[in-house]
Amino acid sequence: MSNTEIELRLLMEAIYLKYSYDFRNYTVASQKRRVLHALAQLGLPSISALQEKVLRDPALFGRLLQYLTIPVSEMFRDPAYFLALRQHVVPILHTYPSVKVWVAGCSTGEEVFSLAILLREEGLLSRTQIYATDINPASLEKARQGIFPIEAVRGYTANYQRAGGRSSFSDYYTAAYEAARFDPSLCADVIFADHSLATDSVFAETQLVSCRNVLIYFNRELQDRALGLFHESLCHRGFLGLGAKESIDFSSYSQRFDAHSQPERIYRKAT
Amino acid sequence: MKPTAPQPPERRVEAVVLGASAGGIEALFTLLNGLPPSWSLPVVIVLHVPENHESHLPQIFADRLHLPVHEAADKMPLAAGHVYFAPPGYHLSIERDRRFSLSCEPPVHFSRPSIDVLMSSAADAYGPALAGMLLTGANEDGAEGLQRIQQAGGITAVQDPNEAQISIMPQAAIALHSPDHVLPLRELRALLLQLESAHAH
Repeated sequence: MSNTEIELRLLMEAIYLKYSYDFRNYTVASQKRRVLHALAQLGLPSISALQEKVLRDPALFGRLLQYLTIPVSEMFRDPAYFLALRQHVVPILHTYPSVKVWVAGCSTGEEVFSLAILLREEGLLSRTQIYATDINPASLEKARQGIFPIEAVRGYTANYQRAGGRSSFSDYYTAAYEAARFDPSLCADVIFADHSLATDSVFAETQLVSCRNVLIYFNRELQDRALGLFHESLCHRGFLGLGAKESIDFSSYSQRFDAHSQPERIYRKAT
Repeated sequence: MKPTAPQPPERRVEAVVLGASAGGIEALFTLLNGLPPSWSLPVVIVLHVPENHESHLPQIFADRLHLPVHEAADKMPLAAGHVYFAPPGYHLSIERDRRFSLSCEPPVHFSRPSIDVLMSSAADAYGPALAGMLLTGANEDGAEGLQRIQQAGGITAVQDPNEAQISIMPQAAIALHSPDHVLPLRELRALLLQLESAHAH
């Protein structure tokens, strides 16, 4: 094992012991890139030096957390996924008197707002409870605010249309000062909460879990843990949506979900 | 730069990583068409393609090569003799347990997937048992990754910029480090076959 990998492992152990954030089962290649990027940004010479500072300075840990959890998302990312939800999942959700949706690893909220818009257009939002969870408190705060750079929103508009949007995307936000503030009523029934797929347990029975481009950062052991939580949370024949290039094929849950919309990575809890 | 003739590699190589950009499809056909069905090294390729489009590369190459060709999937193990392409819109890495991992980190050199990301992670995973080749392209992605492979003791080869359809990518790699080989495609293919025979025996 290289020195860098030893230092990386020790840093994650230290963070876990000190702050209870568990990054120990994240994939190494991406984690290493992010920590080396943080070193450069923070002007520190080595991962060991970073570890020493992080242990004594919670504020510095807060900054490091932003690098470790890379909030990279966009609204209606992979429009085919949202179109498939609209066409193949929403009609079944309509058969429930009330619906619970869990957006796991919601980051800065782009997926939450996308889903809320979709559910409102399909007449479901008023009886849907959305749980939006993430480990990063700064990301959750941004998600709560629902303010996104206007520059990015222009790109989201095309995604929205390809996702089968029924309205004009600009109906959902007010633009001011280079930012777009999304209609707060979209998130009136969203609960934003701190939750770790690595250390926390299930908190509700849900009909749909949407967890996109999160599992790729986990090793197989942690992927299994997260899929176990989703399986436990989902009701009988509940739906699980993953990122466009994610699958359960290499997990021990491959037999416990059925493919529902295969290219769009929507699975259904197996009986 | 004068191309160096390939020397029989004394090191045992267990995987090959390839990077290419503009002009890359044609170059890869020339490079890989000669590989025999008995070929036994895993070959992992980052070819820059636009994001948000399904890639048809695996199918296109599967139709032309006598080898199994896939789009690399998250946590998929690398198999002997198989050829893998990085999916569009994601970085592709190789982990220590010699499985793939994907990530959505920001683009590197405006590219996602990035050749640097693949090559650097592969250098960590394979150390001296890796060969990296960089072909035609119009940006500087891959130069640093190839240097990492060399630093880890692996073999590096660059397409002769005089032959490359676009020479910026090979030239960037040559400017950053001294590749073990700078060769036209025909000789890069001969080098691949030598790496394979050193692997097989």
